[in-house]
Parts: sequence; structure tokens; C-alpha cells
Amino acid sequence: MRFIFKTDYDQDIRILKHGGYWWSYGVLLALLIAAPFVIGSYLQSQMVFVFIYAIVGVALMILTGFTGQASLGHAAFLAIGAYTGAYLQSLGVPFVVYFPVAAILTGVVGAMVGFPALRLTGIYLVIATIAFAFIVEEIMARWESVTHGNEGMRVRTLDLLGVPLPRDGEAFYFLCLAVLVGSILLALNLLRSPTGRAFIAIRDSETAGKSMGIDLAAYKVKSFAISAAITGLAGVLFAHKMTFISPEMFTLLLSIEFIMVIIIGGAFGVHGAVFGAIFIVMVDPFLTTLKDDVPVAVANVARSFGMAQDAAGDLRDRLTAIASAAGLKGAIYGLIIMMFILFEPYGLYGRWLKVKLFFQLFPLYKRATFKRQKTYVKSERNR
Amino acid sequence: MFYGACVINRQETTKCSAAITVGTQGRRMLDFIQQLVSGIALGCVYGLIALGFVLIYKATEVVNFAQGDLMMLGGFFVFTFIGLLGLDYWLGFLFAVCGMAVFGMATERILVRPILGYPQFSIVMATIGLGYFLRSVAGMIWGTDDLKIETPFSTGVLKLGDLVLAYDKLSVIVATVILCGVLYTFFNYTRMGTAMRATSENMLAAYYMGIPVKRVVSLIWAISAAVAACAGVLLAPITFIHSNVGLALGLKAFPAAVLGGFGSIPGALVGGLIIGIIETLAGFYLPQGWKDVMPYIVLLAVLLIRPQGLFGVSMRKKV
Repeated sequence: MRFIFKTDYDQDIRILKHGGYWWSYGVLLALLIAAPFVIGSYLQSQMVFVFIYAIVGVALMILTGFTGQASLGHAAFLAIGAYTGAYLQSLGVPFVVYFPVAAILTGVVGAMVGFPALRLTGIYLVIATIAFAFIVEEIMARWESVTHGNEGMRVRTLDLLGVPLPRDGEAFYFLCLAVLVGSILLALNLLRSPTGRAFIAIRDSETAGKSMGIDLAAYKVKSFAISAAITGLAGVLFAHKMTFISPEMFTLLLSIEFIMVIIIGGAFGVHGAVFGAIFIVMVDPFLTTLKDDVPVAVANVARSFGMAQDAAGDLRDRLTAIASAAGLKGAIYGLIIMMFILFEPYGLYGRWLKVKLFFQLFPLYKRATFKRQKTYVKSERNR
Repeated sequence: MFYGACVINRQETTKCSAAITVGTQGRRMLDFIQQLVSGIALGCVYGLIALGFVLIYKATEVVNFAQGDLMMLGGFFVFTFIGLLGLDYWLGFLFAVCGMAVFGMATERILVRPILGYPQFSIVMATIGLGYFLRSVAGMIWGTDDLKIETPFSTGVLKLGDLVLAYDKLSVIVATVILCGVLYTFFNYTRMGTAMRATSENMLAAYYMGIPVKRVVSLIWAISAAVAACAGVLLAPITFIHSNVGLALGLKAFPAAVLGGFGSIPGALVGGLIIGIIETLAGFYLPQGWKDVMPYIVLLAVLLIRPQGLFGVSMRKKV
């Protein structure tokens, strides 16, 4: 267990609290930089999706995790970023220009969504963002001169200052990694600034925050704008990764997936966004692998316990039929969400902290440290 | 779009038969009334689902995103009882409603009670997860084809002069009115209803007064699931029974509840009617594409002016 001897107020807000952080994050970064030369192309492609989801996760963490404003409309922000990038690219605008322009435009739209949000709280806000997302989706489908409607839009290879970055190449991987690291640093710096602390105050109690002199309107709009702008950046990368975008890619289900990123990751720290993104992106290939391997494995185990050859084969076929049923993925998805909320409300990052604390305090760890108090329902109707 | 699967558009046939006999002016009027009636029927369905949302929200402040999927499940139950087991319509109706009430109770016990008192958003996510789960499981059990059942209201029309009204739509409207009357009487004139209202006002105070809060909450979930089942059964002759129909309608019923002011029972019905009428009229008079968006535009506009919805009351916390 490490005790930090504080001699300076600045130590409280340092991003890297002590020397150990340099080592651990340095090693992590080195591993990520070395990764594309070691892992296969499929895994590298999945990693790029993890980065993109994590960027959106960081954005959503700023809005939902730290400002306490729920949003089920982030797929719409992603769509605006993606379409802005794709449209400007088709006009011949270089990447270094349309990348920030997409972020700015999405940020402006985000601020516009933020205005009605000033007066809405809780469930009303969720519905307002869903309504916004539906309207954006419909505009994408109807505004054919720009978005080509439901036919979708092809996106050409990303061209960074004359160097083409194909979507499967290492360079694109590094670009996404750089944007992710950049947005994480931005979020962390934001959180230790007065703005970030105002966000957290708004989350904890609007009334108390207001009485401390926080301008609720300005900070809520800011939070929406920043979150949307970062999502816009992710949108451009997403468009280039998919090479084809169409309105039905940006539905409510995608917004729910983004919310799941932060719920599963743990909605109280930027780490959570990354953990959640890894989980959400990797659960799909993992389930596919399970679908192929589990029936065979179960049949083998059954045979080793003395089951007849054809009975085991029969068992395997039956399990395969269950595993390849059409809706299984959705059911498992739903179960995962419910299980996380029931049993691990702090998400993967919370679990990580618990494991870490267990080893730090090794013989003295108390289960009660993270135990949640039972409480009666506190009304959120009065705010 | 994923919610495109639900089609509630049978007015074309009735529209044409009426159009021949009357002049342009009268026909326009007739068209309008025809659309209005389909809008009201659709609105009643939204209102019923919204009613389920509101009942649960009022009592426990849980927003049940899976309400539409409970309705879908009710439809599948009735299909099982009537279509597969060959029961009488009314008996099947009864069984489906009772089955869903038990299912609602079980949901409350297993999923909701352990997380009561946590931040609202995590409960919302839990019910979204439940919705995913129910949709997939229903698709796995009953298949993904469109199912249809024969009911006494499936065919036949009521003719009032030139106006032609289909029985299936009228049945929805009539049933909604009856159901609302029953619920109103229950909440205002019975002991249990009063206990439920007390619980929704203040759970802790109700507990101190000796109201069995846990049982009350269970019962509210049961009622809410039963109302959803009624909506599902009434809708079965109009739309097909399909595992995605719940999501599609739930997403429309949700704005209805918000529009009326989440937590107000008359508000849910009025909100449902408004959304249903706007959607149908927009589908008829406005260019294609407006039909799905118009309810949301109206919703945003209303929320801008009255953030607590039409019938909602805004409350302030004392610090």
C-alpha cells in the first residue's frame, strides 16, 4: 500500500498521481503501439472499433457520468459527425480541415440540443434526446442531395496530408489511438478544471450547485456541446472505418449500445469508458466463438464421462441448434445488461478497483467496503 | 428503420367505398373523420401502453422501458391460447391477462425490487435489458413470422350513413374506455386503490402508516402488465403479432406518457390520443416520412413550453 505524502495543493489535481502511474500507463501505451505488429488483422480491426467506441464512451462519460444528463441520442451525434466528414470529403476538403469542422458542427448541434435540456430532467430528457435522434435519422434519410438518403454514402480512403491511410492499415489504427488518447486527456483535464467541477456539482445536486453560484444553463449547454463534439470526431473515424454509411446504422439501438458502454464499464470514471468499449466490442466475436466451440466441448466432456458416441453427437447437434437460434445474441445482451445492473452496478472498472484494493490491503480487505446501503426510494420528482 | 415493421393502415379500403357517394367537400370531411377515428384507435393503444408506464412510474418511480414488450408478450400469450390451444376468444383473453399479471409480478420481484432506490437511469437500463431479452426469447419461442389470430372483431364494419368504421378499431376504443373506468373506480373507491395512491405519494410515509408497500408495488406491476396484455390482445387483429411490435409501439407510447406528464393517468390517455391522432393525420395529409417524425416534433415543442408535460405537476425540493 502506497501512501502519498502531500506537500502541495497541486498534487490533489495531478493527472498522474505518483511515479507508478508513469510506469503502468507507459507500459500500456507501449503495448498498444506494438500491438498491430503482433496481433492479426481481425483483432486489429476490432481494436479500432474499441477505440472508436471508447471515444464515444468518453464523450458520454462527460455528459452522463459527470454532468448527470442522460442521453439516448448519441448515435445521432455520431451520424452528424460521420455525414459531415463524408460530405466534406466528397467535396474535396482535406482531412485536417473536415475532421475539426465535423467536431465543431456536431458541437453546435449538441449545444442546440442542450438548450431544451436546460428545463428537462431525468426521464423527460431521455425522451427528448430520443426524439432528437429520431428526427436526425429521418433527416439523414430524406435530405438526399447531401446524404443520398437510404441508399447510403460511400466514404473514400482517408487521406492525411497526401498520405493515404487505408482502413485496415496500422496508420489508421494509430490515428484512432491518438484521437482516443487525446480525448481521454481532454476529459481528464476538463474534470480537474473549474468547468469539470461545476459539471460534477450539477450531477450531485442542481439546487445546491445553483446556490453555490453555478450557472446551470451555461454549464449544461457546455457539457452537451463538448460531449457532442467528441462524438463527432468519433463519427468521422467511424465513417472511414465502415467505408459506407447509411441512416439505418445510426438507430436507437446504437445509442443504447453507447449507454451500455458506460454502464458496463462503470459510469464514474474515464477508465469505465475504455473497459466498457472493450466489453461491448469484444462480446460479439466472443459469443461467435462460444457458439462454435461450446457444443463440441460439452459433447466431448459428456463422452469422457461415459456417454455413448451417437448420444454425445446428438447432444452436440442439439446444442448447436440452440446456439445458432436467431435471437440468442439479443437475449444474451439483455441478460448481460440486467446482470451488471443487479450485481455489479459499479461496472467493470468498479470490479477492477475492488480487486486492486483486495491486493493492496491483502489480509485486511473487508467485504463491507463497497457494500451498498439499502435505502427506500428517494423521490427524484422533487428537484 | 427498425420500427417500420408495424403497420396500422387499413383505412384505405374503407376510405374508397365512402368516397364514391358524396361530393368533394363532404368527402374531405368524411376522410378527416375517418382518419380521426383511426387516429383515436391508434391513440387508445398508445394510451393503454402509456397507462402501464405511468402506473409503475407513479408508484415506484421506475420507468419501465419494457412496457411495449410486455404488450408484445401479451399478444403472444393470446396467440398461444387461442391460435394454438384453440380456446374461446374471451377465455383466451382472460388467461392471457392473468398470465401477464403473474409475469409482471415475477418481473418486479426478480428484477426491480433489488434495485429500487438506485439512480433512475440504471433502472431504465435494466428494463431496456429486459426488453432485449423478452424480444429475443419471444422470437426464439414463437418464431419471427407475422402471426394473426381470429377474433370476433377481426372483420365487419359499422356503417353510420356514409361513415364506415371497422369493428377492430371500435373495439379498441370501447375497451379503452371500459378499462379506464375500471381503473378509475379501483384507484378512487377501493381500499387497495387508496393504498396504491398513498404509496405513490410517499413510499416511506405509506410504510409507516402500515401499508404493505412491497405487496402494493407487486400488485401495481401486475396491473400494469395486465393493462399491457389488454393492449396486446386488442391490437392483435389490427397489426400482426411479431416480436418487434412491442418496441415499435412502446417507442411511440413513451412520448405519449411524457407528453401527458409522466405520472398523470389522464395525461397518459390524452397524450396517447394526441400522438395517435397527429401520427395518423400526418400520414394522410403530409408528404411521406412525416408520419414517424411528427409525434416527436410535437413532443419536443410541448416540452419546450411545458417541461413537465401537459398534466404534470412540477415540484421543488427543499434544500
